[in-house]
Amino acid sequence: MARMALSRPLKLAVIGTAAGLFSGLFGVGGGTVIVPLLVLWFGYGEHEATGTSLAAIVIIAAYAASTQGAFGRVHLLEGVLIGIPAVGGVLLGTWLQQRTRPQTISLLFAILLVGVAVHMVIE
Amino acid sequence: MIGSIVIGLAAGMVAGMLGVGGGVLFVPGLVLFVSLSQVDAEATSLVAIVPVALVGAYQQYRYGNVRVPDAALIGTLSIVGAISGVALANVLPERALKLGFAALMLLVAFRLVRKALREPGTSPGPAGSD
Repeated sequence: MARMALSRPLKLAVIGTAAGLFSGLFGVGGGTVIVPLLVLWFGYGEHEATGTSLAAIVIIAAYAASTQGAFGRVHLLEGVLIGIPAVGGVLLGTWLQQRTRPQTISLLFAILLVGVAVHMVIE
Repeated sequence: MIGSIVIGLAAGMVAGMLGVGGGVLFVPGLVLFVSLSQVDAEATSLVAIVPVALVGAYQQYRYGNVRVPDAALIGTLSIVGAISGVALANVLPERALKLGFAALMLLVAFRLVRKALREPGTSPGPAGSD
Protein backbone atom coordinates (compact mmCIF):
# COMPACT_ATOMS: atom_id res chain seq x y z
CA MET A 1 0.00 0.00 0.00
CA ALA A 2 1.92 3.00 -1.21
CA ARG A 3 1.46 6.16 0.75
CA MET A 4 -1.12 8.16 -1.12
CA ALA A 5 -2.10 11.69 -0.39
CA LEU A 6 -5.71 10.87 0.31
CA SER A 7 -7.67 12.52 3.04
CA ARG A 8 -8.54 10.42 6.05
CA PRO A 9 -12.29 10.04 5.37
CA LEU A 10 -11.53 9.14 1.77
CA LYS A 11 -9.09 6.43 2.86
CA LEU A 12 -11.69 5.06 5.27
CA ALA A 13 -14.21 5.09 2.44
CA VAL A 14 -11.80 3.11 0.25
CA ILE A 15 -11.28 0.53 3.02
CA GLY A 16 -15.02 0.16 3.61
CA THR A 17 -15.87 -0.13 -0.07
CA ALA A 18 -13.03 -2.59 -0.72
CA ALA A 19 -14.06 -4.73 2.26
CA GLY A 20 -17.65 -4.84 1.05
CA LEU A 21 -16.66 -5.41 -2.56
CA PHE A 22 -14.47 -8.40 -1.74
CA SER A 23 -17.02 -9.93 0.61
CA GLY A 24 -19.69 -9.51 -2.05
CA LEU A 25 -17.42 -10.98 -4.72
CA PHE A 26 -15.87 -13.88 -2.83
CA GLY A 27 -17.84 -14.32 0.36
CA VAL A 28 -14.76 -13.62 2.48
CA GLY A 29 -15.42 -11.61 5.59
CA GLY A 30 -14.70 -7.90 5.60
CA GLY A 31 -12.27 -8.32 8.49
CA THR A 32 -9.60 -9.93 6.33
CA VAL A 33 -9.53 -6.69 4.29
CA ILE A 34 -10.22 -4.13 7.02
CA VAL A 35 -7.63 -5.17 9.62
CA PRO A 36 -4.50 -5.24 7.40
CA LEU A 37 -5.50 -2.02 5.62
CA LEU A 38 -5.98 -0.21 8.94
CA VAL A 39 -2.60 -1.48 10.14
CA LEU A 40 -0.55 -0.99 6.97
CA TRP A 41 -2.23 2.05 5.48
CA PHE A 42 -3.52 3.94 8.52
CA GLY A 43 -0.85 3.03 11.02
CA TYR A 44 -3.44 1.69 13.45
CA GLY A 45 -2.13 -0.47 16.26
CA GLU A 46 -3.18 -4.09 15.92
CA HIS A 47 -5.54 -3.95 18.90
CA GLU A 48 -7.34 -0.87 17.57
CA ALA A 49 -7.49 -2.28 14.05
CA THR A 50 -9.10 -5.52 15.19
CA GLY A 51 -11.49 -3.74 17.59
CA THR A 52 -12.59 -1.23 14.98
CA SER A 53 -12.93 -4.01 12.41
CA LEU A 54 -15.27 -5.98 14.69
CA ALA A 55 -17.46 -2.90 15.14
CA ALA A 56 -17.64 -2.39 11.36
CA ILE A 57 -18.48 -6.09 10.90
CA VAL A 58 -21.53 -5.69 13.16
CA ILE A 59 -23.00 -3.31 10.57
CA ILE A 60 -21.93 -5.36 7.55
CA ALA A 61 -23.09 -8.72 8.92
CA ALA A 62 -26.40 -7.35 10.25
CA TYR A 63 -27.20 -5.96 6.82
CA ALA A 64 -26.05 -9.08 4.97
CA ALA A 65 -27.84 -11.45 7.36
CA SER A 66 -31.11 -9.55 7.00
CA THR A 67 -30.99 -9.68 3.20
CA GLN A 68 -29.99 -13.37 3.19
CA GLY A 69 -32.76 -14.12 5.69
CA ALA A 70 -35.23 -12.70 3.22
CA PHE A 71 -34.15 -15.38 0.76
CA GLY A 72 -34.86 -18.15 3.27
CA ARG A 73 -31.31 -19.47 3.27
CA VAL A 74 -30.68 -19.01 6.98
CA HIS A 75 -30.95 -22.06 9.27
CA LEU A 76 -31.72 -20.22 12.47
CA LEU A 77 -31.36 -23.10 14.93
CA GLU A 78 -28.00 -24.16 13.50
CA GLY A 79 -26.86 -20.55 13.53
CA VAL A 80 -27.75 -20.25 17.21
CA LEU A 81 -26.10 -23.59 18.07
CA ILE A 82 -22.81 -22.53 16.53
CA GLY A 83 -23.22 -18.87 17.55
CA ILE A 84 -23.58 -19.40 21.31
CA PRO A 85 -20.23 -21.17 21.83
CA ALA A 86 -18.76 -18.59 19.45
CA VAL A 87 -19.87 -15.75 21.73
CA GLY A 88 -18.04 -17.54 24.55
CA GLY A 89 -15.06 -17.86 22.24
CA VAL A 90 -15.01 -14.18 21.36
CA LEU A 91 -15.09 -13.21 25.05
CA LEU A 92 -12.09 -15.48 25.60
CA GLY A 93 -10.40 -14.27 22.40
CA THR A 94 -10.69 -10.56 23.17
CA TRP A 95 -9.53 -11.16 26.74
CA LEU A 96 -6.54 -13.13 25.50
CA GLN A 97 -5.79 -10.51 22.87
CA GLN A 98 -5.28 -7.80 25.49
CA ARG A 99 -2.41 -9.95 26.80
CA THR A 100 -0.93 -10.53 23.36
CA ARG A 101 1.80 -8.41 21.77
CA PRO A 102 0.80 -6.46 18.61
CA GLN A 103 3.51 -8.22 16.59
CA THR A 104 2.09 -11.61 17.53
CA ILE A 105 -1.36 -10.51 16.37
CA SER A 106 0.09 -9.43 13.01
CA LEU A 107 1.92 -12.73 12.60
CA LEU A 108 -1.22 -14.73 13.44
CA PHE A 109 -3.17 -12.57 11.01
CA ALA A 110 -0.64 -13.28 8.28
CA ILE A 111 -1.16 -17.02 8.87
CA LEU A 112 -4.93 -16.50 8.56
CA LEU A 113 -4.45 -14.63 5.26
CA VAL A 114 -2.24 -17.37 3.84
CA GLY A 115 -4.85 -19.94 4.86
CA VAL A 116 -7.67 -18.00 3.22
CA ALA A 117 -5.57 -17.43 0.07
CA VAL A 118 -4.73 -21.13 -0.23
CA HIS A 119 -8.38 -22.05 0.33
CA MET A 120 -9.48 -19.66 -2.42
CA VAL A 121 -7.05 -21.17 -4.90
CA ILE A 122 -7.73 -24.86 -4.22
CA GLU A 123 -11.52 -24.81 -3.74
CA MET B 1 -23.54 -31.17 17.81
CA ILE B 2 -20.16 -31.47 19.55
CA GLY B 3 -18.51 -30.48 16.27
CA SER B 4 -20.72 -27.38 16.09
CA ILE B 5 -19.77 -26.36 19.62
CA VAL B 6 -16.05 -26.86 19.08
CA ILE B 7 -15.98 -25.03 15.76
CA GLY B 8 -18.13 -22.24 17.22
CA LEU B 9 -15.76 -21.79 20.14
CA ALA B 10 -12.75 -21.79 17.81
CA ALA B 11 -14.40 -19.31 15.42
CA GLY B 12 -15.15 -17.00 18.33
CA MET B 13 -11.56 -17.17 19.54
CA VAL B 14 -10.26 -16.28 16.08
CA ALA B 15 -12.80 -13.45 15.87
CA GLY B 16 -11.68 -12.02 19.19
CA MET B 17 -7.97 -12.42 18.56
CA LEU B 18 -7.89 -11.21 14.95
CA GLY B 19 -10.90 -8.92 14.54
CA VAL B 20 -12.64 -10.96 11.85
CA GLY B 21 -16.21 -12.22 11.91
CA GLY B 22 -15.38 -15.88 12.26
CA GLY B 23 -17.03 -16.90 8.99
CA VAL B 24 -13.72 -18.40 7.92
CA LEU B 25 -14.50 -21.25 10.37
CA PHE B 26 -18.30 -21.01 10.60
CA VAL B 27 -18.85 -21.79 6.93
CA PRO B 28 -16.73 -24.98 6.71
CA GLY B 29 -18.01 -25.99 10.16
CA LEU B 30 -21.64 -25.73 9.08
CA VAL B 31 -20.90 -27.65 5.88
CA LEU B 32 -18.94 -30.44 7.59
CA PHE B 33 -20.76 -30.90 10.89
CA VAL B 34 -24.30 -29.76 10.13
CA SER B 35 -24.37 -30.82 6.46
CA LEU B 36 -25.64 -27.48 5.18
CA SER B 37 -25.06 -26.61 1.53
CA GLN B 38 -22.34 -24.03 0.85
CA VAL B 39 -24.88 -21.27 0.12
CA ASP B 40 -26.97 -22.04 3.21
CA ALA B 41 -23.84 -22.26 5.35
CA GLU B 42 -22.72 -18.81 4.19
CA ALA B 43 -26.13 -17.32 4.98
CA THR B 44 -26.34 -19.06 8.38
CA SER B 45 -22.79 -18.04 9.19
CA LEU B 46 -23.84 -14.40 8.88
CA VAL B 47 -26.46 -14.91 11.59
CA ALA B 48 -23.79 -16.31 13.92
CA ILE B 49 -21.36 -13.50 13.06
CA VAL B 50 -23.73 -10.74 14.23
CA PRO B 51 -23.73 -11.61 17.97
CA VAL B 52 -20.03 -12.56 17.86
CA ALA B 53 -19.03 -9.24 16.31
CA LEU B 54 -21.39 -7.35 18.61
CA VAL B 55 -20.01 -8.91 21.80
CA GLY B 56 -16.42 -8.71 20.52
CA ALA B 57 -16.81 -5.07 19.52
CA TYR B 58 -18.38 -4.24 22.89
CA GLN B 59 -15.48 -5.87 24.73
CA GLN B 60 -12.95 -4.09 22.54
CA TYR B 61 -14.82 -0.82 23.12
CA ARG B 62 -14.45 -1.31 26.86
CA TYR B 63 -10.73 -1.94 26.35
CA GLY B 64 -10.58 1.34 24.41
CA ASN B 65 -9.75 -0.28 21.09
CA VAL B 66 -12.69 0.85 18.93
CA ARG B 67 -12.61 4.07 16.93
CA VAL B 68 -16.35 4.38 16.61
CA PRO B 69 -16.68 6.98 13.80
CA ASP B 70 -14.16 5.09 11.66
CA ALA B 71 -15.99 1.81 12.24
CA ALA B 72 -19.33 3.41 11.35
CA LEU B 73 -17.96 4.84 8.10
CA ILE B 74 -16.23 1.59 7.09
CA GLY B 75 -19.29 -0.50 7.97
CA THR B 76 -21.74 1.70 6.11
CA LEU B 77 -19.66 1.94 2.96
CA SER B 78 -19.04 -1.79 3.05
CA ILE B 79 -22.72 -2.29 2.38
CA VAL B 80 -22.42 -0.20 -0.78
CA GLY B 81 -19.32 -2.17 -1.73
CA ALA B 82 -20.98 -5.50 -1.05
CA ILE B 83 -23.96 -4.69 -3.26
CA SER B 84 -21.57 -3.76 -6.09
CA GLY B 85 -19.52 -6.89 -5.38
CA VAL B 86 -22.49 -9.22 -5.70
CA ALA B 87 -23.48 -7.54 -8.97
CA LEU B 88 -19.90 -7.70 -10.31
CA ALA B 89 -19.54 -11.37 -9.32
CA ASN B 90 -22.13 -12.23 -11.94
CA VAL B 91 -20.33 -10.55 -14.84
CA LEU B 92 -16.62 -10.91 -14.05
CA PRO B 93 -14.45 -14.00 -14.51
CA GLU B 94 -14.56 -15.37 -10.96
CA ARG B 95 -11.57 -17.73 -11.19
CA ALA B 96 -9.16 -15.04 -12.38
CA LEU B 97 -10.43 -12.63 -9.72
CA LYS B 98 -9.98 -15.22 -6.99
CA LEU B 99 -6.42 -15.95 -8.05
CA GLY B 100 -5.67 -12.23 -8.14
CA PHE B 101 -7.21 -11.67 -4.75
CA ALA B 102 -5.37 -14.66 -3.27
CA ALA B 103 -2.08 -13.24 -4.58
CA LEU B 104 -2.95 -9.88 -3.04
CA MET B 105 -3.64 -11.56 0.32
CA LEU B 106 -0.26 -13.29 0.22
CA LEU B 107 1.40 -9.94 -0.47
CA VAL B 108 -0.45 -8.33 2.44
CA ALA B 109 0.51 -11.28 4.68
CA PHE B 110 4.15 -10.76 3.71
CA ARG B 111 3.95 -7.06 4.52
CA LEU B 112 2.35 -7.73 7.90
CA VAL B 113 5.10 -10.20 8.77
CA ARG B 114 7.82 -7.81 7.63
CA LYS B 115 6.34 -4.97 9.65
CA ALA B 116 5.94 -7.18 12.75
CA LEU B 117 9.52 -8.43 12.55
CA ARG B 118 10.92 -4.94 12.07
CA GLU B 119 9.18 -3.49 15.08
CA PRO B 120 10.91 -3.67 18.40
CA GLY B 121 9.15 -5.53 21.21
CA THR B 122 6.59 -3.85 23.43
CA SER B 123 9.21 -3.29 26.10
CA PRO B 124 10.75 0.13 25.53
CA GLY B 125 14.29 -0.52 24.43
CA PRO B 126 17.07 1.99 23.81
CA ALA B 127 16.44 4.21 20.80
CA GLY B 128 17.99 2.24 17.95
CA SER B 129 19.88 4.00 15.22
CA ASP B 130 18.01 1.82 12.68
